[in-house]
Amino acid sequence: MSQYFSRGANSIARITIFALVVALCSVLWLGYLIVRSPYEMMQNEPREQPVPFSHEHHVGGLGIDCRYCHTTVEDSSFANIPATKICMNCHSQMWATSPMLEPVRESYRTGKSIEWTRVNDLPEFVYFDHSIHVHHGIGCTTCHGRVDKMPLTWQAAPLTMEWCLNCHRHPERYVRPLDQVFSMDYAPPPDQIAFGKRLVREYHIQSLTSCSTCHR
Amino acid sequence: MRISSLAIAVPLLLLTVSCRQDMQDQPKYKPLGANRFFADGRDARPIPAGTIARDELNDTDSFHTGEANGTFLDTIPLKVDSKLLHRGQERFDIYCSPCHGRTGDGNGMVAQRGVKIPADFHTDRLREVPPGYIYKVIKNGYGAMGDYGDQIPVNDRWAIVAYVRALQLSRDATLDEVPPDQRSQLSEERQPQPGAAR
Repeated sequence: MSQYFSRGANSIARITIFALVVALCSVLWLGYLIVRSPYEMMQNEPREQPVPFSHEHHVGGLGIDCRYCHTTVEDSSFANIPATKICMNCHSQMWATSPMLEPVRESYRTGKSIEWTRVNDLPEFVYFDHSIHVHHGIGCTTCHGRVDKMPLTWQAAPLTMEWCLNCHRHPERYVRPLDQVFSMDYAPPPDQIAFGKRLVREYHIQSLTSCSTCHR
Repeated sequence: MRISSLAIAVPLLLLTVSCRQDMQDQPKYKPLGANRFFADGRDARPIPAGTIARDELNDTDSFHTGEANGTFLDTIPLKVDSKLLHRGQERFDIYCSPCHGRTGDGNGMVAQRGVKIPADFHTDRLREVPPGYIYKVIKNGYGAMGDYGDQIPVNDRWAIVAYVRALQLSRDATLDEVPPDQRSQLSEERQPQPGAAR
């Protein structure tokens, strides 16, 4: 009676078991990569909005300060979407008959909210406070990117926990002088780490990495 | 064959265990959130009729109206120091300069693009208006200018008033009016600024 399995079968069996483990891990790893990919995070993807609002035009072109519209960013955890009235400060006179701005005029006439699509949407188990960040030298562009170059607005950062912690562990890499927080074209100095360390001391920035800092 | 398909199916199933998003999207009200429960579709609720204001309403005294006994305040009801002026400068540049321009002569970027050209601050009429008048224009608007009461809190309005006064003074000031210890600093900075030239 001949052997069912050749001599090589032992090796094939070992390799198969090993390959199975590798395959299993790879699938899990691939899933992990996909879940955290810029695609899945909707990073760098302009969002459809009821009005194709251009930060590039308003910030880059006209030089309007972030705070003209996002008035609460210095005092509140939430940086507000401006009230329709703020749009109408100018657009009651400029482009006052433009069909593109009809949703704005309609909202102003009827008091109905414009339903903007949220671009930077953190999970709701995360506590985030804008005011503390802008008062401690974290610039708008550090998280939001060059908004003045966005014809339609997209999310510039991955907004993963790893990304948050990267700065919370090393604030000296990102901190900037308080008078540059709202500046769009601020470039860090060549000696950012030394400069940053000085600002961290001066602004009493703590490296807050305990769970309850953000998950409260 | 069966084992290999199992090897793919099990990890794929494992990937779906986190597919519930209850923690991600919690049933709570958020600032400016949407809400299907209310007719207007908003989380934010308007104040019910008949609500009595506590603490912060104070909108009838002269500090909040810019007027006393029917006339405009002729002083700024805050201590005018360098801190207030710098605050005023910052706020002016944010909220006013798009139309009025950084120097107050009415050639801001937005004014250049088509809103009604605002008045030049450096005219006799506006040099002579009392601070309360400027305050009231910020709070309630004037002509084609919308009101900025919602965007600019009370103290900042007065800071802007102080800064507008400083802008007006600066246009016609002579070197002799500058405190002696700051004159040298001024002549160092005297390089012509683009846009400030008349």
